[in-house]
Amino acid sequence: MARSTALAPAPERRAAATAAAGARPPTDRATRVVGAVFRGHSALIYLFLYVPIALVILFSFNAGDFAGELRGLSLRWYGEAFGDRFVMKALQTSLIVAFASATLATAFGTIAALALQRVPPALRAVYDGLTYIAIVIPGIVIGIASLVFFVNAFDWFNPLVGSLWPGSLGEAPVLNLGIPTVIGAHVLFTMAIVIVLVRARLAGMDRTLVEASYDLFATPWRTFIQVTLPQLAPAMLAGYLLSFVFSFDEYVIASFVKGQDTTLPILVFSQIHRPPVTPKINAIGTVILTISLSALFIVQLIYRRQTRQARALAEAAAAAEA
Amino acid sequence: MAGQSQERTGQTDVEFRSVTKRFGAVVAVDDVDLRIRAGSFYSLLGPSGCGKTTSLRMIAGFEDPTAGEIFIGGEPVLGVPPYRRQVNTVFQHYALFPHMDVGRNVGYGLRQRRVPREEQERRVQEALDLVRLSAYGRRRVWELSGGQQQRVALARALINHPTVLLLDEPLGALDLKLRKEMQLELKALQHQVGITFVYVTHDQEEAITMSDRIAVMRDGRIQQEGTPTELYDEPANRFVASFLGQSNFFEGELLEDGELAGVRTARGLILWGRRPGSREPLAAGSRATVAIRPERISLAGDPPADAAVDRETATLPGRVLQGTYLGDQSEYQIETDALGPLMVRSINSEGLPAAHFGAGAAVRVAWRARSSLVLGI
Repeated sequence: MARSTALAPAPERRAAATAAAGARPPTDRATRVVGAVFRGHSALIYLFLYVPIALVILFSFNAGDFAGELRGLSLRWYGEAFGDRFVMKALQTSLIVAFASATLATAFGTIAALALQRVPPALRAVYDGLTYIAIVIPGIVIGIASLVFFVNAFDWFNPLVGSLWPGSLGEAPVLNLGIPTVIGAHVLFTMAIVIVLVRARLAGMDRTLVEASYDLFATPWRTFIQVTLPQLAPAMLAGYLLSFVFSFDEYVIASFVKGQDTTLPILVFSQIHRPPVTPKINAIGTVILTISLSALFIVQLIYRRQTRQARALAEAAAAAEA
Repeated sequence: MAGQSQERTGQTDVEFRSVTKRFGAVVAVDDVDLRIRAGSFYSLLGPSGCGKTTSLRMIAGFEDPTAGEIFIGGEPVLGVPPYRRQVNTVFQHYALFPHMDVGRNVGYGLRQRRVPREEQERRVQEALDLVRLSAYGRRRVWELSGGQQQRVALARALINHPTVLLLDEPLGALDLKLRKEMQLELKALQHQVGITFVYVTHDQEEAITMSDRIAVMRDGRIQQEGTPTELYDEPANRFVASFLGQSNFFEGELLEDGELAGVRTARGLILWGRRPGSREPLAAGSRATVAIRPERISLAGDPPADAAVDRETATLPGRVLQGTYLGDQSEYQIETDALGPLMVRSINSEGLPAAHFGAGAAVRVAWRARSSLVLGI
């Protein structure tokens, strides 16, 4: 029962893998040429993908007046961007939208995923299909559909409330397009992302953990709080962050249902059409990119940690069986 | 924890009354009656799909019987959810909570029952001491080896002082050496804490080593119930005889039933054998099996000219097909004209040269009629 038994095989296996990778079979000239061509091709693909983004970031540090030519480096345009009242207002709107839609999507998506566990399998397949459709459906369709829905609903709702509203309470509330409608439209597809992630986690979850909890005197509710929810937490957090990222930089849907409010992507897009285009746009773009990448980085960390734990458990079991 | 066994000995801790469990068309447990004495180490033994795990899950409360009644500590438990039953389970793959450290895993049951914090801490440490993991309270469960995880699972269950501890093939995931160690450890632990253990396994050796009593199951029914010695020496039928240990089986027609029974085998030889105490009566003329354990047969180098069989002994000439030397013992495949192939195991005790007979050697095969059993098919 030595403690090392659990950990011993891992370095060995890694060593074996490295040895296998290092010992390439003998190659002839033609194979080397083909290999070089493929490597060159991969390099070009990634240049194609990332050079434009790198340039956006580089030009955000431009000291010059125009986005087109680089004249020395400075943080001047970041200052300009953060000093701009409209930019800050749009950033604030975008953050509100992203936080709210991520929160709502995570809450309702998790509940939906849990409920789907209890739906008969045939019906569940239908719901799964609908969930994936909500993710891949073009933004423009969601945008138009949401706009039509909101406008019709408000046209019906506002006069009704207006006519029933007691005068003593002052002005009747009037529903309009704005931040709440952007949040609502975003939750449409971000919730689907959360459902997919949480469902995957539920499927991978060891059912006997729940039984073990019952066995140790925990009621179903306490089991849910103490076992099921902590098991789902990584998927929920990942879903939250992905929803946040998608919602934060979403343009198409927001442009339909934003009403009088302006999100950051919409502001950027409108400024590009109003020359002169200054490196301030690049600075804003870089800020959006940084926020999105940070969130994705955290998601990556969560999943790495999760797989590492799963692998450690599996290795202990394998070592015991070997 | 110790001392409880003395007070409760003689009582029945778990009782099945005509319990049946169906899953759709499949009958997993078929009209089973069972009484498990308090403080005993009781094994449910059988091949996979025999209903042993389903029986265990019904005691735990994860499944409800389709028909029949179950009592734990004298109380009917039908409809009582698992979290209100005084039983705890050690799961096959341990089912430790990966998001809690070892100490929090072990203390889980106490927290649900809102035991005061100081008492929790004390009992968690006691339980960890009991399974010799005293210094592991702060470890993450996925940092432990399989054997250590197994002992955490044990501590997590035992800490609650259950009336009955259920163990679902808990040693199945361990390697052979560790499994042997844990068998002795489990048995010692059971003795120490005095809790009734209900142990599910498909490993006959494991069951024999640890159990006070064993129920051998097949196809949802109990084939035989008794002490390991009873099951090995007095198997009620051919299945039990073949599942616990090895046997030579010779089928034939029963000549007469009684304390000693005669069977005419396929090649015409009449073999006499003892009928087990728990026998189901057999009609003369029906099919029967003579079962002889390989270690109850003796080998000698002086083959007789002919087979001689009576109510006392059987002596046959034979030829060694294969002799396998196993160190402490040797295993032989013997071909006999009178009965066909036969397996013999002889202990290489002092005075006997090891690997006595090579392939091709002519030998005398002999056993006492009372060492063989006549069983139903």
